[in-house]
Amino acid sequence: MTDHVVAVRLYVLVTVGLLVLTGVTVAVAHVNLGWLNAPLALLIAAGKAVLIALFFMHLRWGDAQVRLVALAGVLWVSILIIGTMDDILTRGWLPIPGK
Amino acid sequence: MIVEARPTAQRERAALGEQYNTLQQQHATAELGMWIFLATEIMLFGGLFTGYTVYRTAYPAAFAEGSRHLDLVFGTINTAVLIVSSLTMALAVRAAQLGQQRALVRLLLVTAVLGALFVGIKGVEWSKHYADGMVPQLAWQYSGPLSQQVQLFFMAYFVMTGLHAVHLTVGVISVLVMVLLARRGAFPAERHTSIEVLGLYWHFVDMIWIFLLPLLYLFGLG
Repeated sequence: MTDHVVAVRLYVLVTVGLLVLTGVTVAVAHVNLGWLNAPLALLIAAGKAVLIALFFMHLRWGDAQVRLVALAGVLWVSILIIGTMDDILTRGWLPIPGK
Repeated sequence: MIVEARPTAQRERAALGEQYNTLQQQHATAELGMWIFLATEIMLFGGLFTGYTVYRTAYPAAFAEGSRHLDLVFGTINTAVLIVSSLTMALAVRAAQLGQQRALVRLLLVTAVLGALFVGIKGVEWSKHYADGMVPQLAWQYSGPLSQQVQLFFMAYFVMTGLHAVHLTVGVISVLVMVLLARRGAFPAERHTSIEVLGLYWHFVDMIWIFLLPLLYLFGLG
């Protein structure tokens, strides 16, 4: 088999990284940073997800098709959320009667 | 444990489906199929994430109030449990790749136990909500000024953690089935693909939880 066998050391390092990031995000959540709290927590979560995808799910060594499918999933869910929010957040902007 | 006496080339031919040219091609096909399924799963949870975002935008104060009624200790411990289970699953896949069948059985068992532990902790947490009267429809005793909207938060909480727990339960059952098969020697190195594909599912479920932690537990604490 030619598919990639990852060193145990790397898996352990990634796990330690994920646990540390969990600690950081829980600690930071208790500090009031105003509007920054939510984006920061989401950024840390996204970083953890990328670590899992790249190393645990072997995307770092993955075929082009597999990477494309993973990106497509993220892209489509972004369209769903951005498209919805762009409606919700801008409804009050124009004085259209009966909207 | 069945010891295969046949030479490697012959065993690899036996593991190859007739519609494929090589084991690598067969492996890549299975992996691609799982990723496509996971992309549809992203959309399934994506709908819930979107609904959550819409209502959080509409009622920020009530959602922050809801978050404060969750116990972060449960959330944090469960995150750690799931991350460690992803490590043991990754190591199980590695053992399968290398044909280490004893290690594979052990690592899969540990993964299943950690997964079940997560669902168990989640169950304890849910029963606590029930005792506290924080379950919409079934037992709702919260009577703050934003009761209706806080109820909406808990609705989102139960649907999202519920769907996640269902996924994890399916994962635990699948891992246990693989343990039974692995004990019979069903996964020598040339047949490790099934374990790898199950691993992808497991890590995906872990990933969903990693987003649920900030969305449900952390926002509104600061």
